[in-house]
Amino acid sequence: MAINRRNFFRAIGITGVALGTGKELNAVPDEGDETEFYGILYDSTRCVGCQSCEIACALANGLPEPDPDDYPMPGTIRKTNENRRTVINAYEHEELGEIYVKNQCMHCNSPACASACLTKAMYKTKEGPVIWRDKKCMGCRFCMVSCPFDVPKFEYNSPNPDIVKCDMCFDRVKGGELPACVADCPAEALTFGTRRELIAEARRRICENPDSYYDGIYGEHEAGGTGYLYLSPVPFEELGLNTKLQKRSYPELNKGFLYSVPSIFILWPAILLGIHNATKNNSKTAEDHE
Amino acid sequence: MSNSKTVVPRDNDGQPVVKFLLSTLRPHGKIFTPFNMISIPIITLGIVLIVIRFVKGLGSITNLTQEVPWGLWIGFDVITGVAFAGGAYVVTFMVYILNIEKYKPIVRVTVLNGFLAYVFYAGALLLDLGKPWNVVNPIIGNSFGVSSVLFLVAWHFLLYMIAELIEFSPAIAEWLGAKKARKILSWMTLGAVIFGITLSTLHQSGLGALYMMAKEKIHPLWYSEFIPILFFVSSIFAGLSMVIFEGSISQRVFSDQISEKNQKGHDGIIHGLSKICAFTLMIYIFLHIVVFVHGKHWMYLGSRMGAWYLVEMIGFVIVPMILYFISYRTRNINLVKISSVVTMLGVIINRLNVTVIAFKWDAPNHYVPSWQEIVVTLTVLSIEIWVFRWLVRRLPVLRESPSWAKDDH
Repeated sequence: MAINRRNFFRAIGITGVALGTGKELNAVPDEGDETEFYGILYDSTRCVGCQSCEIACALANGLPEPDPDDYPMPGTIRKTNENRRTVINAYEHEELGEIYVKNQCMHCNSPACASACLTKAMYKTKEGPVIWRDKKCMGCRFCMVSCPFDVPKFEYNSPNPDIVKCDMCFDRVKGGELPACVADCPAEALTFGTRRELIAEARRRICENPDSYYDGIYGEHEAGGTGYLYLSPVPFEELGLNTKLQKRSYPELNKGFLYSVPSIFILWPAILLGIHNATKNNSKTAEDHE
Repeated sequence: MSNSKTVVPRDNDGQPVVKFLLSTLRPHGKIFTPFNMISIPIITLGIVLIVIRFVKGLGSITNLTQEVPWGLWIGFDVITGVAFAGGAYVVTFMVYILNIEKYKPIVRVTVLNGFLAYVFYAGALLLDLGKPWNVVNPIIGNSFGVSSVLFLVAWHFLLYMIAELIEFSPAIAEWLGAKKARKILSWMTLGAVIFGITLSTLHQSGLGALYMMAKEKIHPLWYSEFIPILFFVSSIFAGLSMVIFEGSISQRVFSDQISEKNQKGHDGIIHGLSKICAFTLMIYIFLHIVVFVHGKHWMYLGSRMGAWYLVEMIGFVIVPMILYFISYRTRNINLVKISSVVTMLGVIINRLNVTVIAFKWDAPNHYVPSWQEIVVTLTVLSIEIWVFRWLVRRLPVLRESPSWAKDDH
């Protein structure tokens, strides 16, 4: 009996550890901090498709210089990859001609990638940008599996591969500078600010020019809200933006499972030990039977 | 228990260490077996490929893409492999928790199989990691991503391997003739079993929960919030079918190791397991029907993916369930073996469907594993079988424990 009691205490101890580590389910910064998330508003009606943002991004992040022959063309979809963190794509419209759209990390309010990351390499800063930290990452690519926008890219051809994605120029932002793409945009299609200001600004633009804008802000509710916000003259799906994404944040999909973990850790050992003691005499009976 | 004399217990007390090591390392079986002839070239090629992978990066030998970052190595090696290792927690549950003595002869071999599966399939994960040297980050250091399902799975893999090692360790102590150590280690078994079953419940389902956030990426016929429960339930019959399959091979290959009594008793064990498989398969198909009806999935059945779903559900869940029921009723041992193989194929198909086939099913370029990925997978599998064989030939796994170790339990 002494053995069982000790095992029972051991199980209780383990349960305690499990409970201790089981808190903090969402990958959002601590509450109580008054810092507001920064974000970027992209206005497709202003964008001229000049690719200044692509060039500025490459320069700021030490990426290979963009190929001048590779420019936005209706019919071809250019994708971000390990060598470019942002791209401009073009879509043909009957009345409006070519419409452009910028693609990069959406910097979700509650990012799937950060809650997927088991080393906190992918991290939602309290300022808003979602960053990736080289020293912590083990290259498991669970962030890529989880991201609803397929944003994180992996250097498949490197022995020490990095995860590559837009980090909203976090170092520049911390130093009070604008993200490189925002600073270099000649058409003022990109606006940097707190998310709240940007939503107010986007609403104001729609309100003042209801004819030039589709009535909606992409990213206001998608995936629980994103730091990058989009204004467009046409419905967003016509610009290749995924409008079928859920409005709740993606980490919420894990809640049911993660919440069941502590209860199983408490209940299972107790139940198992109980069954063991209840059936203890069976073994003797079984042997007699044979 | 009767003291069988088919195998003389090897008590190494008093033997010089060097002599013992030499006699242990020497091959105990035939060298030119068909398995060796096939596996040696595969392992050699596989090791070359692994070297290339670490020098040139994952892209050099895999077909992984930016959209499909997890392929065969995760979907088959880790996720399917761990499901097959589920036999260990089910059998230890029956023997140590329900105290059903009947299954005791297969405990050790099942636990050893489970342990090796975790070591090798979780080990295969290292091949898939971009920065494997950072694998310790979630275990030691200050990088605990506690909101991650993968964090939970990683810790559980580690803890479960320790639990299974403790469960198996009396066999090692018996082999080394360490009487005192054996006493202490056997005393820890029940604790390890309880801990191990709890961990298994959570990480078998946790492997399914890994795909929770890939909501729009997996075909709706395979995605539901019930993936964790489905993965857990299917790990029961996956693990037991593996036990049946492995047992039917071990009975022949290692017949010199198994006592007559246990050889005779094996059929009874197999029939007991086939009954459990049949019932868990029934629960599993019932759960699938609930998910199907609940999710209003009728409209998908007409498509190609729908047909494939029906193949999986009917051909590899309902059919093996019926086969198991018939084989149990008619006591047909060959039919049990066939059922176990069909069930295992079904589990492989199911896991690959969730992780690879139905993942980004609508993408223009579909991921298909490269031949190198397949060779590396076979390499991992072959090395595991080598290690398993090496241990079974030396340790009291299938054969009876030495006489001095029989007093308790």
